[in-house]
Amino acid sequence: MTTGPLIEIEGLRVTFQGDDGRVTHAVDSVDLSVANGATLGLVGESGCGKSVTSLAIMGLLPKQSAAVTGTIRFDGFDLLDVPDATLRDLRGNRLAMIFQEPMTSLNPSFTIGDQITETILRHRGGSRRAARERTIELLRRVHIPSPEKRIDEFPHKLSGGMRQRVMIAMALACDPQLLIADEPTTALDVTLQAQILDLMRELKAASGAAIILITHDLGVVAEVCDEVAVMYAGEIVERAPVDELFANPQHPYTVGLLGSIPRLDRRTSHLATIEGMVPNMANPPAGCRFAARCPFVENACTSSPPPLAMLNATHASRCIRAPLERLVS
Amino acid sequence: MTALLEVEGLVKHFVAERSVFGRPTAHVKAVDGVSFTVEAGKTLALVGESGCGKSTVSRLVLRLIEPDAGRIRFEGRDLGALDAEQLRAFRRDAQLIFQDPYASLNPRMTVSQILTEPLALHNLVPAAGRRERVDELLRLVGLEPRFARRYPHEFSGGQRQRIAIARALAVEPKLIICDEPVSALDVSIRSQILNLLRDLQDRLKLAYIFVSHDLAVVKHIADRVAVMNLGTIVETADARALFAAPRHPYSRALLSAIPVPKPRAKRSRIVLEGELPSALNPPSGCRFHTRCPYVIARCRSEVPQLREDGTGYATACHRTGELPGAEAIVPSDGGFSPTLEKLVAAFNTAEASGRPGVIS
Repeated sequence: MTTGPLIEIEGLRVTFQGDDGRVTHAVDSVDLSVANGATLGLVGESGCGKSVTSLAIMGLLPKQSAAVTGTIRFDGFDLLDVPDATLRDLRGNRLAMIFQEPMTSLNPSFTIGDQITETILRHRGGSRRAARERTIELLRRVHIPSPEKRIDEFPHKLSGGMRQRVMIAMALACDPQLLIADEPTTALDVTLQAQILDLMRELKAASGAAIILITHDLGVVAEVCDEVAVMYAGEIVERAPVDELFANPQHPYTVGLLGSIPRLDRRTSHLATIEGMVPNMANPPAGCRFAARCPFVENACTSSPPPLAMLNATHASRCIRAPLERLVS
Repeated sequence: MTALLEVEGLVKHFVAERSVFGRPTAHVKAVDGVSFTVEAGKTLALVGESGCGKSTVSRLVLRLIEPDAGRIRFEGRDLGALDAEQLRAFRRDAQLIFQDPYASLNPRMTVSQILTEPLALHNLVPAAGRRERVDELLRLVGLEPRFARRYPHEFSGGQRQRIAIARALAVEPKLIICDEPVSALDVSIRSQILNLLRDLQDRLKLAYIFVSHDLAVVKHIADRVAVMNLGTIVETADARALFAAPRHPYSRALLSAIPVPKPRAKRSRIVLEGELPSALNPPSGCRFHTRCPYVIARCRSEVPQLREDGTGYATACHRTGELPGAEAIVPSDGGFSPTLEKLVAAFNTAEASGRPGVIS
């Protein structure tokens, strides 16, 4: 294992130019890094910019409408500044992604075997026969029963859980160093979800790949992540090691999220709710973006944007009122 | 006290394949002998994996589809014997909320039209008073009456689900079937809708059948739980008893897999090997035997009956009583530290002070 992060994102900013000329700030000055063999959870609700961040890393945002600035350093490359040909060599090879919807991200007119061998042949070359053997091996690794038969089936013959495992097998085809998983278990039943999470843990242990896991499910984050970054309205509002984040959250938004999920060990008639709406990102507020919905808001919060400040060596919060415990003692 | 809803031996098979002469050759046994009761003002949750028949049960209960066998009694009356007129009256008493608030509201109708339609259909409120009733319904679900003139596309997912709830409440039902009502919503919005459903239950004495695959949500909202596997109920019990110590191996596997928001939570997960068998051709004997870690020869041949233990806890397993203790099955998330509890409480008080006026 090498020292230093495998991927380092600095000042990532993504804006979308709308047809009406308005500019939407989807991601604003995001800094992230993931070390080899580590799993980073990227958490937030719909529209917070977590998926756009992952698409920016993969270079999959439309060039006409999306303006991406900042740097994404991956193994000596700046992914925002490499020729398309280099990016194509990296993608599916050393950088891989598992997309959210297993129902729509497989091509219905090709067998699953064709779709996985295509990746292997493109990046590794070799004979069709060798690629096919590797594909069967990959399907076996993701626990698909009788892979020698399944390899020639079309996606519609498989259940949702199996399709998701096929997606994972495809992402792993070339032993990627970085795996981005966008809501990999959202569409699945708990029993399958548990299998997929086990599988991801197993793979990380076996290959030492780094994983960026994008999810809105804090239960999933607690299960598999080492570090967590919470996003709100395009910004990272809190970043901490996983134990620290769940035991001692230091941004009000994180507190609200934790309070709004039903817990097994807590009997309460009412869950916490975060009132109000996400700000319009075509015209973000001048101060803290969460201020309008925050129960701890004070005047200083709305005057200037708060910095993402380090509270200790590993825990950062974008809240000027942190540490929060002094507010309730 | 008789139960609000009693379901007995409900069966529904769908034809999956027909011969060239149109004779059915294969059936999907979506629901195969399901019985349960729902008390007035209480919540029964139906849980299970995709394809276990929980949504089919909810449609059968409303007679949106006809059962092949079995009896459904609502307030003591047999639903199968109702004529068209009586069935319409029953539909006033039982309503449905769907999973996807983007698909369940007509995009060409304003909120006011959506909410007025059931009032007019059942002739509940004279035409002159309907506008007032619409305002009242909107306030009941926490929306402002001025929204009545807008169209569904102008609302967020959570607001749409509130409109769908208001529509269900328009006819003053006694039973609402909620089919995955919060699965499509973001976490913070989900908690608002769950709070709303609970408030409405307390205020209007509603009974819910809550269909969900999210077990933490079920623990939060349900009084009783029925666990379904391949068209049959394998276990039914009070929510508290079930989550304290599930007995059926399938319930144990489900509950042990709940992801909890606590890193390194202690758990003894039971991993189910193999794929979910098809309802087209369910396994012989106990339908869970192909995936059950405790399977014995008897399970493969003999169908286990749902047996009640005298405390309202019923399990369909030949080996109940022989299985190892179940105390540590459900993972523990440890709740909150006192400081975090206080911080979370700040969100609750903010909500209480800002909550719109509610009229019952």
